Amino acid sequence: MSGLIVDDVSMTFELPGGGNVEALKNIKLDIKEGELISVLGPSGCGKTTLLNILAGFLAPTGGEIMLGEHRVIGPSSERGMVFQQGALFEWMNVSKNIGFGPKMKGTPQAEINNRVTELLDIVGLQEFGQKMIYELSGGMQQRVALARCLANDPDVILMDEPLGALDALTREKMQSLVLDIWKKTGKTIILITHSVEEALLLGERLIVMAPRPGRIHKQYYLPFAELGVGADLRVVKQHEDFGPKRDEILNMIWDMEEEIMGRTESA
Amino acid sequence: MVQELIDVLVTTFWMVIGITLIFAIFLGVSALVYYVWNFINSKKDQMRGYASLKTVTFGDESSVTANRVASVAGVVTVFLIWMIATGSNLLPFKILPVPFIGDTQFEYTATNVAGETDSAKVQVRVTKFGDTNAEKLVAPETSDGFAKDDVVMVQERRAKLLRAQNNDDGGKEKGYRVTAVNGQPIDKNQTVEIENGTVLMTGAGSLQVRPYTGPTMEALYLPPPEQVWTRFLQLNAEGYQGVGLWENVMWSLIRVVLGFFLGCLFGIPLGFAMGLNSWLRGWFDPIVEFMRPVPPLALIPLVIIWFGIGEQGKVSLLFLAALWIMIIGARAGVSGVNISKVHAAYSLGATKSQLLSKVILPNSLPEIFTAARVAMGVCWGTVVAAELVAAEKGAGKMIIAASKFQLTDIVIIGIIIIGVIGFGIDVLMRVAENKLVTWKGRG
Repeated sequence: MSGLIVDDVSMTFELPGGGNVEALKNIKLDIKEGELISVLGPSGCGKTTLLNILAGFLAPTGGEIMLGEHRVIGPSSERGMVFQQGALFEWMNVSKNIGFGPKMKGTPQAEINNRVTELLDIVGLQEFGQKMIYELSGGMQQRVALARCLANDPDVILMDEPLGALDALTREKMQSLVLDIWKKTGKTIILITHSVEEALLLGERLIVMAPRPGRIHKQYYLPFAELGVGADLRVVKQHEDFGPKRDEILNMIWDMEEEIMGRTESA
Repeated sequence: MVQELIDVLVTTFWMVIGITLIFAIFLGVSALVYYVWNFINSKKDQMRGYASLKTVTFGDESSVTANRVASVAGVVTVFLIWMIATGSNLLPFKILPVPFIGDTQFEYTATNVAGETDSAKVQVRVTKFGDTNAEKLVAPETSDGFAKDDVVMVQERRAKLLRAQNNDDGGKEKGYRVTAVNGQPIDKNQTVEIENGTVLMTGAGSLQVRPYTGPTMEALYLPPPEQVWTRFLQLNAEGYQGVGLWENVMWSLIRVVLGFFLGCLFGIPLGFAMGLNSWLRGWFDPIVEFMRPVPPLALIPLVIIWFGIGEQGKVSLLFLAALWIMIIGARAGVSGVNISKVHAAYSLGATKSQLLSKVILPNSLPEIFTAARVAMGVCWGTVVAAELVAAEKGAGKMIIAASKFQLTDIVIIGIIIIGVIGFGIDVLMRVAENKLVTWKGRG
């Protein structure tokens, strides 16, 4: 395992009707092993594009991604991904979903079974191994997605708004779970979110991106993730720095959205 | 051209009237049964399920389920209408008047060349259709005057020409003519009502006797249920034209299964190829899009020219009928895969072939099953049509052969069996789908 380096990555593509879009421009990031990073930004700032490049689903038009010694050129099991929803395999039960990665690599079944049991325990779904995906609630489904990703023991976990579709209570429980897993496994986690609170809670480092062209606007190093491990997140939110930080970032994103709206209207 | 178009429009207009009438009767019976059923049920205490507590049902499709009482009553009504229309013996009493069978008579008056008039009796015996053993009426030896009595034998629902004057004295002279029936004057192309029938004077001056037929349908057009059932038992035991009933059906089924199997064998991989590769999609796209709207029946002549009327031709036709549907189903299945699932599989270390077998294939099963159900339906329809054109054995061949001998009962048996088997195939496909695609529509 080693760090992830985003080396001057740019992404420019042509629109079908003509003209270019600069989705990302000169992104530079040095992510250390075991870091928990949250990425925040208004719609269209290229955060999902960045994540897709990190995952290897998109090739950047400039720059490169280095994971340790080698360059990222496509999807691989060393970089696991947790999607918002709908990425689980409905035709398999929970255990088979979780064991999918190891199975693809030809891991012996007994070993897979052990791993699955262990992961079911970690995500709190001990009783649900034989259930079908459609029998689970949205929150449980995301637990399965998390476990499925962990089963492969990836170096980096990429999360694309994994909690976006959950209700507030479930979301809070899942946030605690993500923190626990981060602490227990020591994985590098990069999480994209729309929610400022979530970004504050789940980011040792919080990256705010700005649109047109998509770029890194500001970075914060925050104590809340460390505080939140094993603690009640509602208590963390009472921290004296939490409120001011939230307002600061909210205003920042608000201004960006305003600017986009203004530009669209005047255009 | 314009006249033909007008004729078609007029015919259509009358069809609209006719169809409206039939529906009105059918819906009227439906409403009647509905109120009777509700009246009977209103006296019972009913369990109140969740659905029964809904106040908004009109517009809430989920609260509309097929009422099985209505289904049964509807089918029974169809049989009742069938029985009434054909004057079936299964009914305890006849609702519509039945055609006259038995003896009747009338009297005709003739005027000879000299201007004298005389009258004579005609005995009419109406026999059951096809009854060749009925006792013949015997012509009376003599009668008074120059007009002589006649006898006429006529079959149920048929008309018979009677040359009443042939045996009359001077009846063959020019100027001798019949002037009245039962005392009522008659002229060419006029009719006179007699007891249990009518008498028509033809353009040539002869009399035509038509016994009363009533409004019921003749077996030639629609046989009553019991006749169909008897014929079914006979077919079941003896077959038709040397081929057993079930042998005919089996042959149709074998063709369908073979053609459908070939269509799946080639169609599903082709559909996948079109869903997974731009070049192959481009390559096959024009062919598939062109062939898809061509009805398989339009290919029958070409298939006969190419392969003759043997099994090869029919199986090829069914293969073509199923192929395009399966290609499009499989292609739609691939394009229906959520990109997140594909990305997830690759991120979990799946190879292309693993992605195909573990993600794309299961994910497209619902679409493939839908296509397979459509393909099976089309194949079943096509095989019957193909057999109508040319076949040694088969359900379609049986009904077209029977229709040439006006064996309407066999035609109806064929139609019922074809319908039941088509329905059975669909039910089987749905059962298979529910077993294999448990996750469909959920998640």
